[in-house]
Amino acid sequence: MAATVVASSPRQAGLGARLRRLADRYLLFTYTSLAVIYLLLPVAIIILFSFNNPTGRRNFVWQEFSIDAWLHPFAVPGLASSVGLSLVIAAVSTLVATVIGTLMALALVRYDFRGRRATDSLIFLPMATPEIVMGASLLTLFVSVGGPPFFPLSIITILIAHILFNISYVVVTVRARLSGFPRHLEEAAMDLGANEWQTFWRVTFPLILPGIIAAALLAFSLSIDDFVITNFTAGQTQTFPMFIYAQAKVGVPVQVYVIGSVIFLVAVISVGLTTLAGRRQPARG
Amino acid sequence: LLRGRRGLIPYLLLAPGLLWLVLFFLYPLFQVFLASFWSGSVERGYTFSLSNWTNYPDAIIPVLPHVGRSLLYSVVATVLTFLIAYPLAYTIAIRGGRAKNLLLFLVVAPFFTSFLLRTLSWKIILSDNGVVFGPLKAIGLVPDDFRVLATPMAVVAGITYNFLPFMTLPIYVALEKIDLRLVEAAQDLYAGPWRRGGTIAGAVVGGGVVAGLAVAFGWPLLVPTLLAAVLGALVGRLLVSEAFVRVTFPLSLPGVFAGSLLTFIPAMGDYVNAEFLGNPDSRMLGNVIQNRFLTQNNFPEASALSFILMAGILVIVLIYTRLLGTEQLTSSRI
Repeated sequence: MAATVVASSPRQAGLGARLRRLADRYLLFTYTSLAVIYLLLPVAIIILFSFNNPTGRRNFVWQEFSIDAWLHPFAVPGLASSVGLSLVIAAVSTLVATVIGTLMALALVRYDFRGRRATDSLIFLPMATPEIVMGASLLTLFVSVGGPPFFPLSIITILIAHILFNISYVVVTVRARLSGFPRHLEEAAMDLGANEWQTFWRVTFPLILPGIIAAALLAFSLSIDDFVITNFTAGQTQTFPMFIYAQAKVGVPVQVYVIGSVIFLVAVISVGLTTLAGRRQPARG
Repeated sequence: LLRGRRGLIPYLLLAPGLLWLVLFFLYPLFQVFLASFWSGSVERGYTFSLSNWTNYPDAIIPVLPHVGRSLLYSVVATVLTFLIAYPLAYTIAIRGGRAKNLLLFLVVAPFFTSFLLRTLSWKIILSDNGVVFGPLKAIGLVPDDFRVLATPMAVVAGITYNFLPFMTLPIYVALEKIDLRLVEAAQDLYAGPWRRGGTIAGAVVGGGVVAGLAVAFGWPLLVPTLLAAVLGALVGRLLVSEAFVRVTFPLSLPGVFAGSLLTFIPAMGDYVNAEFLGNPDSRMLGNVIQNRFLTQNNFPEASALSFILMAGILVIVLIYTRLLGTEQLTSSRI
């Protein structure tokens, strides 16, 4: 069939094929560049507007360049304490969820036991639940208990919630690392006389450490950015996202954009470093 | 290693996590169900009675428009994220080469800034005379009274943007797993370009989506639909091959399935986009639930609505699973 087309109108067929090749080569990459720009545009706006000098409280229109907010990032009352609180909550919930989640991942990968499937679904379900339902159900629980430590809402209730939604993500991340695990290295260690405890700490743990670190980074970033669930479990306590939400009604101060930019840069750098460290890992082993 | 011998060990390892999940996830869900049969108030206390089933109609009937909007916006946003994400994931997974990891990193990079700040920056971008519409209005491409911010379009745009990585990553994972020798085999077996099919499919998809958007947002129907159909036909004709239609796309369906659920479910419960980018007439079910719980302290009705949302999502997921017959939901999400 191609032959007849070429025979009847050679120039047209050649043009079609050439267009097709050009499209194949450039169209997808042009599109991908545009998509990446689209994804990063709001981040660029946040960084750009952290250098704005707005006339009122509303940081929505570009006025003039200023590094004032970067020099005095905590000049807004309440901002420093909310950022501090978010960091504490993120650190504690990451630590607890990473330990609990890693233990669960080990159990799920290493052992056959009754109730595996049920456990699997129980771990998966929180990730498939809309955040608003999770937050609302925790609030209902806390209110119906009606006494300490659940009520009044406080940093404790926020921590309970953050550990909860982090556990599933830690399990999934660590398990992904564990399932491609070179089992024979453990067997070799045991053959060479290491007991189970020594084998775990000297062989297993160092090998799954990158997975644990990845899980912890994910948990930390989920926690520090969580708004919806925190909104339901925080009461009067103000985390950084809660602070932004409260300010959004009257106008977000430039300093918030500064903190947002700093968090972005720190996250990008730490992920970059972990990736580099992860790349070196297999070379050593 | 460590296998079988002591049957208690896995349970010991699981115990803290299971305890947490049962106590603070399963039990609260049950508690919400109970609370939907409460009557009373925060001050006077609550009493449970099955006769309070009337909480359900009382709660849902006044907010049926919100439920409809949540469904509409979530479906539209899910379709849009799919259309944006698929070519992106395809390029990264199949054509990415050495740039693969960098591109993947750029896709998730937005997650490193605050979700609220990202949504607020769409307020800056979409504002009436902002970076996009200011220039467009200056050169007369867009009428002066045209606005996106504080309309349903902005809400859908916000949801589409915020959940785009949730669609992209599972599709990427599914495409990345495909053994490219299958595509080569298809080509050896005379899979060629797919000109006629690609043209028709592109026209139908492009025209169909824009016609749907036009109906949903009250745009003029004819001209945009025709333009999109022509553009879709062109792209389909130039890019789609038989090997893609017969091999690559079917094998990537588990990723599409997971991605659309990961987009649709949070979209259904979202209230931040509607609050920051919409207007009082574009409020969604999430806004109502949030308001009933946190402003009105109306726990019984709020619980009834939460339960309806959760149950509705479960039903939709089950139907969807039946239709697509995929069981790889858990395995393709990472």
